[in-house]
Amino acid sequence: MQPFFTLTRRELGAYFVSLTGYVIITVSLFLIGLSFYTIVSKLQAESTPLPITELFYITPFFWLVLLLSAPIITMRVFSLEHSTGTFETLMTTPISDWQVVMAKFTASLVFYMVMWLPLLGCLAAIRYVTRDPSSMDPNIVGTTFLGIFLLGCLYMSMGCFASSVTKSQMIAAMLSLAIGLSLFILTFLGEQLPMEKGWAVATLNHMSMLEHMQDFSRGVIDSRAVIYYLSATGFFLFLTYRVVESRRWK
Amino acid sequence: MIEVAELTKRYAGHTAIKNLSFTVRKGEIVGLLGPNGAGKSTTMRILSCFMPATSGTARVAGLDVFSQANEVRRQIGYMPENNPLHQDMRVREYLKFRARLKGLSRVRSRDRVDVVLQQCGLKDVSKKIIGQLSKGYKQRVGLADALVHEPALIILDEPTIGLDPNQIRSVRQLIKELGKQHTVLISTHILPEVEMTCSRVLIMRHGKILAADSPENLQSRMDKGTHIRAEILAPLADLQASLESMGNVEQFDIAPCEGDYLLCSLTGSEGADLREEVFEMVKEKGWKLRDLSRSRYSLEDIYVRVTRQEEEPN
Repeated sequence: MQPFFTLTRRELGAYFVSLTGYVIITVSLFLIGLSFYTIVSKLQAESTPLPITELFYITPFFWLVLLLSAPIITMRVFSLEHSTGTFETLMTTPISDWQVVMAKFTASLVFYMVMWLPLLGCLAAIRYVTRDPSSMDPNIVGTTFLGIFLLGCLYMSMGCFASSVTKSQMIAAMLSLAIGLSLFILTFLGEQLPMEKGWAVATLNHMSMLEHMQDFSRGVIDSRAVIYYLSATGFFLFLTYRVVESRRWK
Repeated sequence: MIEVAELTKRYAGHTAIKNLSFTVRKGEIVGLLGPNGAGKSTTMRILSCFMPATSGTARVAGLDVFSQANEVRRQIGYMPENNPLHQDMRVREYLKFRARLKGLSRVRSRDRVDVVLQQCGLKDVSKKIIGQLSKGYKQRVGLADALVHEPALIILDEPTIGLDPNQIRSVRQLIKELGKQHTVLISTHILPEVEMTCSRVLIMRHGKILAADSPENLQSRMDKGTHIRAEILAPLADLQASLESMGNVEQFDIAPCEGDYLLCSLTGSEGADLREEVFEMVKEKGWKLRDLSRSRYSLEDIYVRVTRQEEEPN
């Protein structure tokens, strides 16, 4: 396990020693702040029965942060190593292919979660101003972050896969944006189809991220959604592993 | 230390190495010599367990490189072509990271990093960012990385490429030092490098080994007849006549050179050393002699001849 932790630490460190990490955090902080501003100005006009966390996820900025940050966080993980050749030095140390994939995935996921921390600050600010304990219900905040975490798992694994197939960080970012965006748009496709019962509609609804996130931000943990995200993450990690392993095919 | 048998690697469309077999004993410094695309890097990548061969076996320290990859990797310090490094890390930090990645404990990795920093002359730059170092220093960082886990075998792919002459010299010196404690396999297409550092040479071309021997043996094998170079001050016709009458001369050539001297190149028949005879001849005739030397085949000539011979039948 030592190589796994060493590599995870190094990967995580790479975000913070270079400018990229701070740029990503700043941009997402800006977007979260913007959605905070939108919510506060709406709340001034009228009160709402919805939990604050649900209001957050309803703003388009939430999805913008997710869809844009994922490709940028993950584009470097394999592409950079491929293009500089450090992949060769990495793969000639006693580390297994699975450890490499998992270490890179874990590091990007941890960074992604750190990026979301300012959201807690926003919630705390609302709690402080309104003096209403229900505005920061720990359970609802917990499930919201669980939702963010699960979405992160899926998008980070997708990004790792996109990065593993190409030497160019640019192509990796575009590829993961394309996959991520398509998956997101499927949600709307499901809504546009006639509401007749059919396997296509059922499948699309099952994959609707908007609906999943709505549940999580209300404090509802739907096991189907959890299984959906975990299995999709596993699928993309497996694909990544196969790509990393492919150099050893005879 | 290395046993390679019938190793073949096929990429889509072409064969990089064909039925390669060779062995390297413990403590040797072996040079893989060959033009670009000869299969040197492929051989090294297979030995360092980066990718498997299509067929054949390779064993390092008695361990199979495919089925016992992790054990083999512990035994090998590998520096790939162009020496890839993480440009954003500091030297000490990078070596520490590599040592931990290779499974060294926290305490031991700290000790080993200190040792290799000293050994590779990196003490002064240990806190600098790798991306800002000169190429010579980067190369040393690569070497330090290859050494940090005390491997039994060190594999260096073109370690002196792109360095200036002074840096090349210091890197070669370092490699020679390493040869005292480790087995070293280096690849290069620079001939003097092999002559200076290696105890044995494998000349490769088109994925095959054409010749394998020590540089000295290769030279003497090629030295069928010795070459003599002499600068003599004498009338041309007389000199020509005298050389013709000499017994062991296989062929000779006379050309004017600076002053009024004539430059004679002589090839003796097998094993004969003509230098004494030439001197005697000059003394007898009362001519003047200002240079008399024997030239040997350089490794470069050998290399050209070996690789040409290979081409001719095709």
